[in-house]
Amino acid sequence: MVSKESFDRATLEVTLKPKVGLPGVAERSKEQCIRETCAAALLTRLHPRTSITLSLQTVHDDGALLACCLNAACMALMDAGLPMHCLFCGVSCAIDQQGTIRLDPTAREEKESRAVMTFALDSTDCRVMMSSTKGSYTAAELQQCIAVCQRASQSIFQFHRDSVSRRYCKA
Amino acid sequence: MRETPLSNCERQFLVQAIAEKKRLDGRQTFDYRNVKITFGTDYGCCIVDLGKTRVLAQISCELVAPKMNRPTEGILFFNLELSQMASPAFEPGRQSELVVKLNRLLERCLRNSKCIDTESLCVVSGEKVWQIRVDLHLLNHDGNIMDAASIAAITALCHFRRPDVSIQGEDVTVYTPEEQDPIPLSIHHMPICVSFSFFQQGTYLLVDPSEREERVMDGLLVIAMNKHREICTIQSSGGIMLLKDQVLRCSKIASVKVTEISELIQKALENDKKVRKEGGKFGFAESMPNQRITAYKMEVAPVDTGDIGKKTEDLIYNSEPPSEFIPSPVVCAPGTGQIGEGLQNSWGLEENEDGEEAEAEDQAMEEELQTMDVKVKSVKKEDPITLSDSEEEDVVILEPKTMKKKVNVQASSTAASKKKKKKPVH
Repeated sequence: MVSKESFDRATLEVTLKPKVGLPGVAERSKEQCIRETCAAALLTRLHPRTSITLSLQTVHDDGALLACCLNAACMALMDAGLPMHCLFCGVSCAIDQQGTIRLDPTAREEKESRAVMTFALDSTDCRVMMSSTKGSYTAAELQQCIAVCQRASQSIFQFHRDSVSRRYCKA
Repeated sequence: MRETPLSNCERQFLVQAIAEKKRLDGRQTFDYRNVKITFGTDYGCCIVDLGKTRVLAQISCELVAPKMNRPTEGILFFNLELSQMASPAFEPGRQSELVVKLNRLLERCLRNSKCIDTESLCVVSGEKVWQIRVDLHLLNHDGNIMDAASIAAITALCHFRRPDVSIQGEDVTVYTPEEQDPIPLSIHHMPICVSFSFFQQGTYLLVDPSEREERVMDGLLVIAMNKHREICTIQSSGGIMLLKDQVLRCSKIASVKVTEISELIQKALENDKKVRKEGGKFGFAESMPNQRITAYKMEVAPVDTGDIGKKTEDLIYNSEPPSEFIPSPVVCAPGTGQIGEGLQNSWGLEENEDGEEAEAEDQAMEEELQTMDVKVKSVKKEDPITLSDSEEEDVVILEPKTMKKKVNVQASSTAASKKKKKKPVH
């Protein structure tokens, strides 16, 4: 049994469980995306030879699942009090057959669209930490989608701030 | 992660308290914790909270071939998973004894009691029947997983709607929910498990043990019953020896509890049905209470994207234009193609240009690839790039050398030393 212990940093394990059936390749690939993003945001070198486990359970999937997992992961890590050098959020957008960009697509919109993209953006500079795309699009459309998602991430970070302040305020 | 062992003083404290008829959370001996049932947006999805123990149930169905020895009956499949979310002691991958025990008890309670009419799940005898799959996920472990799981399973089964099917001779048509309303499963009765934990070799009894109480108990008795006072399953584990009248007493207590819980389930199902019929909002997000400080909801938030077009235009205009050069794949052996390895940057995007034709591979190309320079069109830097939707997308398709070769046509002088491979997608 190979130990996953790392001598200089904390090891992060992510488990994503679907609602129905056994986890398959799609779940593994999403776990990989989430793990890379979290490992980039966490200060893993502060806690060597430790293991951090992140468990995600799909309660309902109506599109933008990876973005939702990223948001949940960030809030959970924050709630656990793990030191991070930035927060991150997941934003998803879809380009439909006419070329319109739709933010936060539902499952039906995702199926009918030509391309679906998910980005993880950091809270300090809104830069792209991770991107996962499916479908065909041009370079110009990609830049447009990234700009749109960066704009949308502001709302998500505001939601983070509001819910955390609600939790910890005295009033 | 290994479970933290219970210290001796904690164990003694708990047993002493139980001997004095006191429970840690202030309940009486026969009191159940607060049961809360919420339904999701899909049919057949529900979350049951028994105190802090939380179970998520989802029902799904599929048309499959029936079992050999039962050609006219549908199939019921149960799967209870202890997620690592529930307790750090539950490690993924390793099937512990507890999981097997819970799954087996669930199967006996729901399948062997014949609470679901499996004959009604048959579509074409011997060929197609419905397989109903019940997936249960434990989200938080605070004791008494069995009860919570059985309530969640039977509630979700009552809530579930399967697609309508029609048979015309040999053809079987399955209607989508939009075409025909899905129909509920036919359920004869609702068996619910009630757990009793015994302490001090059967002297003291507690109903609905919490996690701490489960750790110090000597034995567990689970009785599955329906509201018609019929016992569906009994299981006694832990090796305690119970007297006959103890078991009878437990079954009487169980019937009272089961009646209460059945009423609760019915009320929850009716509420949900009412909300769905009236067109109101339903689902997990709606049933989350607003007043808690640990819960926060945000309505649909509009995002202002007015000036995005201009910004991205500037961005693309100022960035490097994509490389024009696309090397054709090098075919080393039949069935394999090699692109870019050891050669120049090959991720340049294609641009649609006038006067260029599709070209196939040429023998000479292989040698020329080594000496090829990336040639950027001088015209490009002057023209601003417009973000028009009419930009065609070209897809490069790898072709093995054995395909018939087209003549390598060179275009205008500005593109003299450029090689391109282009195959428009039809």
